[in-house]
Amino acid sequence: MTATLQPSAPAPVAAQRPSNPVVSALGDGVVIAKRNVIKIKRVPELLVFTLLSPIMFILLFAYVFGSAIPIEGINYREFLVGGIFAQTVIFGATITGAGLAEDVQKGIMDRFRSLPMSRAAVLFGRTASDVIINVITLVIMALTGLAVGWRIREGLLKALLGFAIILLFAYAISWVMAWIGLLVPSPEVVNNASFMFIFPATFIANTFVPTDGFPSALRFVANWNPVSSVTQAGREYFGNTGLPVPDVWALQHPVAYTLIWTVLILLVFVPLSVRQFKVAASR
Amino acid sequence: MADVITASGLVKRYGEKAALDGLDLTVPEGTILAMLGPNGAGKTTTVRILTTLLEPDEGTATVAGVDVRKDPSGVRALIGLSGQYAAVDEYLTGYENLDMIGRLYKLGRKQSKARARELLERFDLADAGDRVAKGYSGGMRRRLDLAGALVAQPPVLFLDEPTTGLDPRSRSGMWDVIRELVAQGTTLLLTTQYLEEADRLADDIVVVDRGRIIAQGTADSLKSQVGGERIELVVEHADQLDQARGVLAGVAVGEVAVDEHTRRLTAPVTGGGKALQEALRQLDAVGVTALDVGLRRPTLDDVFLSLTGHAAEDGEDGTDSPAPTTKAGQQ
Ligand SMILES: Nc1ncnc2c1ncn2[C@@H]1O[C@H](COP(=O)(O)OP(=O)(O)OP(=O)(O)O)[C@@H](O)[C@H]1O
Ligand SMILES: [Mg+2]
Repeated sequence: MTATLQPSAPAPVAAQRPSNPVVSALGDGVVIAKRNVIKIKRVPELLVFTLLSPIMFILLFAYVFGSAIPIEGINYREFLVGGIFAQTVIFGATITGAGLAEDVQKGIMDRFRSLPMSRAAVLFGRTASDVIINVITLVIMALTGLAVGWRIREGLLKALLGFAIILLFAYAISWVMAWIGLLVPSPEVVNNASFMFIFPATFIANTFVPTDGFPSALRFVANWNPVSSVTQAGREYFGNTGLPVPDVWALQHPVAYTLIWTVLILLVFVPLSVRQFKVAASR
Repeated sequence: MADVITASGLVKRYGEKAALDGLDLTVPEGTILAMLGPNGAGKTTTVRILTTLLEPDEGTATVAGVDVRKDPSGVRALIGLSGQYAAVDEYLTGYENLDMIGRLYKLGRKQSKARARELLERFDLADAGDRVAKGYSGGMRRRLDLAGALVAQPPVLFLDEPTTGLDPRSRSGMWDVIRELVAQGTTLLLTTQYLEEADRLADDIVVVDRGRIIAQGTADSLKSQVGGERIELVVEHADQLDQARGVLAGVAVGEVAVDEHTRRLTAPVTGGGKALQEALRQLDAVGVTALDVGLRRPTLDDVFLSLTGHAAEDGEDGTDSPAPTTKAGQQ
């Protein structure tokens, strides 16, 4: 093979790649993630989406709904913030899908696919950069939340666990969005498709109001919705409790239930997305 | 010389339609093969298969001895690709684009940065290197994309219409880069719609149409397939046409074509300049005034037309109105 090339031919520099495929795939993932983070700085809409809309959400819900939704046992604003955390980071996963669709559309994916790099790294790098965006978003929302009356009552360590489980669940959703992004022809379609799915998924849940008042069928869906369990898990870690928890296994064991969903989603959508990446061709 | 790129019996179907219909080609080491073909001929499809972006339905292909289907990642380590549409990340600067590619090729941090700067310099992008690529012109994107293909100095390069959209200066700059690369031993497959480009750069040319190779050879051998040289003469007055035809018939090796409307006569000849001199001498002797006379060789345009039955898509000046190799002005 390469032996047929005369010494005059330039040596392929790529031959120096590290022998360990895992190390090299991780390196690729870091390069891709870095690229996506740079993009956040350069695309104003993304920055607005990441920084401003969470603040707006907290303020709107806290003052508009907060005054109209009295609930027993806890200050509504304290109850609300955990739900908004969950909803916002799940929406954040859309960035993964739209970003991937854009890369396919613009032919950048072809460039990546022609390089001697790990194919999964493009996806891992992409989803990893979502985590970074989500961390930034959560910090800003937490500060805004603290300003409007949200409190951390179980200590910092538990609060960090609360953030961690929310981030973990959002990470799994990023892979669902990655798959959608590689499946559809353009970023706009990703946005539309995901809004159709994320809006109901985050509203038919305990995110904004307790589920007791829902009609029974809706209440059943809401109580078993993993968005409810991740919200509930967050609230427990932050100590934003005081309301009776519905007598449903999913909400009685919110951490376990959320982790089960996270693992299942990853098991299904990581391989699906990697496979779709291999076939996603531009034009 | 070993064949660095080989393809045999490539078939790729999209539904009923065959984008490639049994395509074969070989590129010997250190040479340039130009694929010439009209829109939709299957040039891009071929490049995508050879660069592992697309799997063929049938057929085999190797790059530097590595099978593109059996060991695609082995192939990727050896190739550089610049696709038909510039794959530039708009949100990164030119420098960041190249550095990212360098890192993905596993160049060390230092090496990758140095290489990025070097390539920006070479492609006339040094000043724009730290600006976001969104603001680049089409030609700048094109050059950045090509620079991206060269980051790891791959021994085999695939360039899909590398100079489409470049101005004449950038184009000839690109040609210089390509010649330099090949002089260093790079093997190169390029597709083009510009006949002049194939003529000037390529060691070998394949003409593709409807997913098949319909002709193959050096520019000269392709040209001789459509015929040899000919004298073209435009006379000043229409009443001199007959006299001129008589003279040309004496030196021609075939029939003399006359276009009365443009007062143009075309006569196939052998012996080039000698035949032209002889014709001019005789024309002078009989008192025919030539408005324009020249010896013309067939251009790739003629080749293309006669082979595919349709003209190349061509917005280029210079290629569709070829200059005569010898031109005598008014006598
Ligand atoms: N993804 C696809 N789906 C359906 N048809 C396709 C696809 N890709 C290519 N084709 C068809 O295959 C044929 C060959 O296309 P290809 O892009 O290889 O042509 P080309 O020679 O590169 O043309 P151009 O000069 O316009 O770039 C065309 O008829 C095209 O319509
Ligand atoms: Mg093409």
